[in-house]
Amino acid sequence: MAERSERDLRTVSTATNPDGDARPLSKSMATHSILRSAPARPAGKPEGFSVVGAALPRVDAYAKVTGEERFADDIFLPQMLFGKMLRSVVPHARLKRVDCTRALALPGVVAVATGADLPVRYGILPSSPDETVMAIDRVRYVGDPIATVVADDELTAEEALSLIDVEYEPLPAVMSIEEALREDLPQIHDNARRTNNVQKEVHLVFGEVDAGFAEADRIFEDEFFFDGNTHAPIEQHAVVAHFGADGKLTFWCSTQTPHYLHRIAAQVLELPGSHVRVIAPPIGGGFGGKTEPFAHELAAGYLARKTGRPVKICLTREEVFYAHRGRHPVKFKVKTGVKSDGTITACHLQSWLDGGAYASYGVATTYYTGALTTVTYKIPAYKFDGCRVYTNKPPCGPKRGHGTTQPRYALECQLDKIADALGLDAVEYRKRIAVDPYTTTVNGLRITSCGLRECLDAAASATGYTVKKGKLPRGRGIGVAASSYLCGAGLPIYWNPMPQSGAIVKVDRGGGVTVFCGTSDVGQGSNHMLAAIVAETLGVDVMDVRVCAGDTDLTPVDLGSYSSRVTFMAGNAAREAAVNVRQRIVAAAAQKLGILPERCALAARRVYDIDHPDDQLTFIEAAQAAEAAFGTIVGVGSYAPPKLAADYKGSGVGPSPAYSYSACVAEVDIDLETGEVTVEKLTVAHDVGRAINPAAVEGQIEGSAYMGLGEALMEEWPFRAGEHKIPNLLDYKTPTSLETPPIHAIIIETDDKEGPFGAKESGQGPLNPVIPAIANAVADALNARVYSTPITAEKILKAMDAAAGGVLRLRKPAPVAVAPV
Amino acid sequence: MSVAPAKALRTFALNGEGVQCAFAPNKTLLEVLREDLGLTGTKHGCEMGHCGACCVLIDDRPVLACLVLAIEVNDRPIRTVEGLAKDGRLHPVQEAFAQCGAAQCGYCTPGFLMTAAAIVEQNNRLGEADIRAAIAGNLCRCTGYTKIIEAIALASDRMHEAQPGG
Repeated sequence: MAERSERDLRTVSTATNPDGDARPLSKSMATHSILRSAPARPAGKPEGFSVVGAALPRVDAYAKVTGEERFADDIFLPQMLFGKMLRSVVPHARLKRVDCTRALALPGVVAVATGADLPVRYGILPSSPDETVMAIDRVRYVGDPIATVVADDELTAEEALSLIDVEYEPLPAVMSIEEALREDLPQIHDNARRTNNVQKEVHLVFGEVDAGFAEADRIFEDEFFFDGNTHAPIEQHAVVAHFGADGKLTFWCSTQTPHYLHRIAAQVLELPGSHVRVIAPPIGGGFGGKTEPFAHELAAGYLARKTGRPVKICLTREEVFYAHRGRHPVKFKVKTGVKSDGTITACHLQSWLDGGAYASYGVATTYYTGALTTVTYKIPAYKFDGCRVYTNKPPCGPKRGHGTTQPRYALECQLDKIADALGLDAVEYRKRIAVDPYTTTVNGLRITSCGLRECLDAAASATGYTVKKGKLPRGRGIGVAASSYLCGAGLPIYWNPMPQSGAIVKVDRGGGVTVFCGTSDVGQGSNHMLAAIVAETLGVDVMDVRVCAGDTDLTPVDLGSYSSRVTFMAGNAAREAAVNVRQRIVAAAAQKLGILPERCALAARRVYDIDHPDDQLTFIEAAQAAEAAFGTIVGVGSYAPPKLAADYKGSGVGPSPAYSYSACVAEVDIDLETGEVTVEKLTVAHDVGRAINPAAVEGQIEGSAYMGLGEALMEEWPFRAGEHKIPNLLDYKTPTSLETPPIHAIIIETDDKEGPFGAKESGQGPLNPVIPAIANAVADALNARVYSTPITAEKILKAMDAAAGGVLRLRKPAPVAVAPV
Repeated sequence: MSVAPAKALRTFALNGEGVQCAFAPNKTLLEVLREDLGLTGTKHGCEMGHCGACCVLIDDRPVLACLVLAIEVNDRPIRTVEGLAKDGRLHPVQEAFAQCGAAQCGYCTPGFLMTAAAIVEQNNRLGEADIRAAIAGNLCRCTGYTKIIEAIALASDRMHEAQPGG
C-alpha cells in the first residue's frame, strides 16, 4: 500500500516537471560551477554520460521528503520490548556491587543484563580490544554502561533503572592530557608496561630531518590546541534486534559499518557469523559517530536472544553525547624549517591526543594526526611523534576528517604565519609548495591525480582573496587554507587479503536493475552513487535501478561508510559488476542486430548500433535476449586497492588509492567590542575527481563547510567535576541557519584514472581547510592569533589584549539600572 | 503490566481526518503519533525541544511535538509530513526539497518541511533572510542549510507564481 502511493506521487511529480522531460526529475534545476582540469567528454555524443555528471535528485529523495524513509527507530515489531541502559554517574570507580533484584521485580520488566553476562572483550581495532558491553569491575567515565533493562515499554524500563543498586568505590579521575601523563594517578586500563595512562605512542622519521632543519633559513615553532567536539547527528543511535526461531539474530541498526557490527556481534554474543545478520536501514547522519559497534547494540542482541522477543534500544540525546567517539582533543607542537623563499626543508610534528576512556579507533587516529602531513605540501624531511592517552571521559574516535582535521588546522595556521613573516602571498605560496600529481611523499604515500593548485586558484579568484588580504579594515578579515584527504583507507581494519568492496548487479525481465552492495547510506548519497554508476554503465534511467544496500545476508561485503571510501571502492565494485552484465547484454544484442559487439552502445534504455542509431533494441529486449543466451543475468564485481603500504611499522595508516584536495577561503567580520565573529562567506573548492552527481557533491561540500564553521567557532567538549558539562543540543552549540553564512561550493574535476568514472571523494575532505581558513581570517582581521579551537569571543578579546601588550583593559559592564518596583 | 498509566481515548483532527486513539496520558504528541498512530515520519532528535526534528503543525503553526502532551491537543487540527501531499500531489516544499537536494540523510527533513510548509503557505514570496530566520529552530547537520534555503525559496516562488497576488 505504501509502495503504491509512493509510485503515484512520483508519477505526479513527473507530470509537474516544467521541462516535460520523461525523466522523473529534472537535471536542469540547478546551475553548478564545475571546473574541469581535464577535458570533459562532449555532451550529446553517444558515448557521453547521461547519468554520471547529472545533478539529479537522489534515488531516495522522494522517500525522504514524504516521511516514508524508515530509519531504525521507525521499526516496530510485534511483541517488541524496549531497553534502557543504566550508566555510571561517576567518572572513575571500582564497581563493588550491581544488584538488579528490585528492578527485575518491577511489573513489566522482562529481563536485565549486566557486564558479567557478556564478558568478551572487544574493540573496533583488533589490536586494542579494551571494551566490554557493560562494566564488569570498573567504570571509566560518566555514561559508561553498567546494566540494561528490557521491559514492555520504555517508561517501565527507565523506571527500573532507578531500582538497580550500584555500589561504587571511587578512584581519582584523570581528566586531561597532562593528568594522563602523570605517574601518580591510577591507570584507567591496567598496563604493567607503563606507569601512566599513555595508550599509544608513535615515533616516525622520514628523510634527513636534522639536515633539513640545518639548511633552513628560518625555523618556526608553534603550539596549538584543537578542542574535542562531537558528531551530533540528528538521528540518535537506534537498534532493533530479533532472535528468530531458526536461531538467527537480526539487527536493524543505525550503523555506518554493518560488516564490523556483524563480526563483533558474532564474537561478543558467541554466535556463528552465519547466524548473525546486520541490516543498516537508512542512517540519519553519522559523520563517523556510528562507525563501530556500540554497547546498546550488543546488549539488545543479547537480550533479544535471552527473551525471545524483539528488543529496541534508542539512545537519548544525552546518551549520544556519552556514546561519542568524537573528535579527539589534540595538543600540537609544530616545528617547520623553511628557506627564505618559503620552501619547506623539514617538519617535526608532535601530537598528544586525549582519547577518553577506551581505545576505539584511537591507534589509527594517532597515526592519522601525522600520516597525511606530507600529502598537501612538499616536505622532504619529516618527523612525527604521536601519543594518545586514556582519560575518564567518553571515548573519542573518528569524526569527519578522522585525525587529519586537527593537524591540518595547526599546519595551515603556521603556514600563514610563515607566509606573513616572509612577505609571501598566502595563495601563491601554497601553490608553489603544493605536492605535484603522480609523485610519492617522503613517508611513502603515492599521490595520483591532484587538483590542489586548481582548488586554490578557484577559491582565491572567486573571492578576490589577493585584493582583500591584509587590506580590509580592522575587524574584517580573509583567510585561506588547503588540505587533502583519503579516498578510502588503503588497508582494512582487520588484516585480510580480500576485497574491501563487493557488488552484485542483477537484471530483471521487466528491465529493472538491482544493485546489491554492503554500503550504508548515511546521507552522503551512496545509494544514488551506486544507482548512477550502474545506470550509466547499462544505459538505463537511474530510477530503473533499485539499490539493496547494507544487509550482511543479502549484499556482498563493503567495509562501511568511513574514510571516504565508498564512492571509490564500492563505486568501482559496482562498475565492474555492471560491466559484467553489460558484456552479456551487448553480446546478445550484437547478435540480434547483426553487428560486432564493439559497435553496440547503451543509452536511454536502448541498445543500438553506434553507426546506425536507428538499429536498436530496447533494453528489455536486449536483456531478455541475454538471459535466453546466457541464463540468469547477474554480474559481480569487487574492489581491492593496489598494494600501497611502504615498509615500516605504521605504514598501514595513510595509504589510499587516491587523495582528494580542497581549498577554502573564509571571510569574517569581528565585533571588536564583544569579540563576536560573524563568518560572512565560505568558499570551498574541492577536487572530487569527477562528480557522479554534482548536486550531491555540492551538498557534501556545503555540509563540510558548515561543520567546519561549527568546530572553528563554537563546538567544544568541556567537563566539570568529571561530567560532560553540555550533553544536549541547546548548550552544545552548533550553527543554525542564522550563523551559517552563504557557502559557495566549487567542484574541481581531475578525472582520476583509478576512480569510477574518474571520481574520488567529497564527504570529508572539504571540511579540513575550513577551520584553518576561518582561523587565518580571524588573524587577518585582528593582527593577532588565537591558538586554539573553538575561537570564542573570550579568546579573541584575550588575543587582542595580548597583541596590544596586555595594556587593553577589558571594559567592565556598566551596572544595569533597575527601576524601582 | 507496566508502570504506564491507564490509556485515555481521544479524537484528533489529523491530516484532515478525524482519528480516534487510546494512549497513555503521559505521552507526548510525538510519541502518540509514532507509537499509537503509526505515523513515523515525525522524528525524535532530542526530546527537549532543541533540534526541531519533531516539528508538526497545530492550527497551521509549527509546534515541537516532543514538548506537547498529546492529551492537550484536543480537537485542534494537526498536520504531519504524511499529510503534506494532497490528492497524490506532493506539496511544493516536498517537490523542491527533492529537486534541490535539500534532504541528505533526511532525518531532520520532516521537521524542516513542516516549518517550510507553514511559512510558504502563510507568506508572500520569501527572501533568504526571512527563510533563515524562520528555520533557525530546526537543526540540520548535513546540508549547511544551503540547499534547504534554496528549496524553500523555490517552493515559495512556485506557490506564489501560481497564485497571482498571493
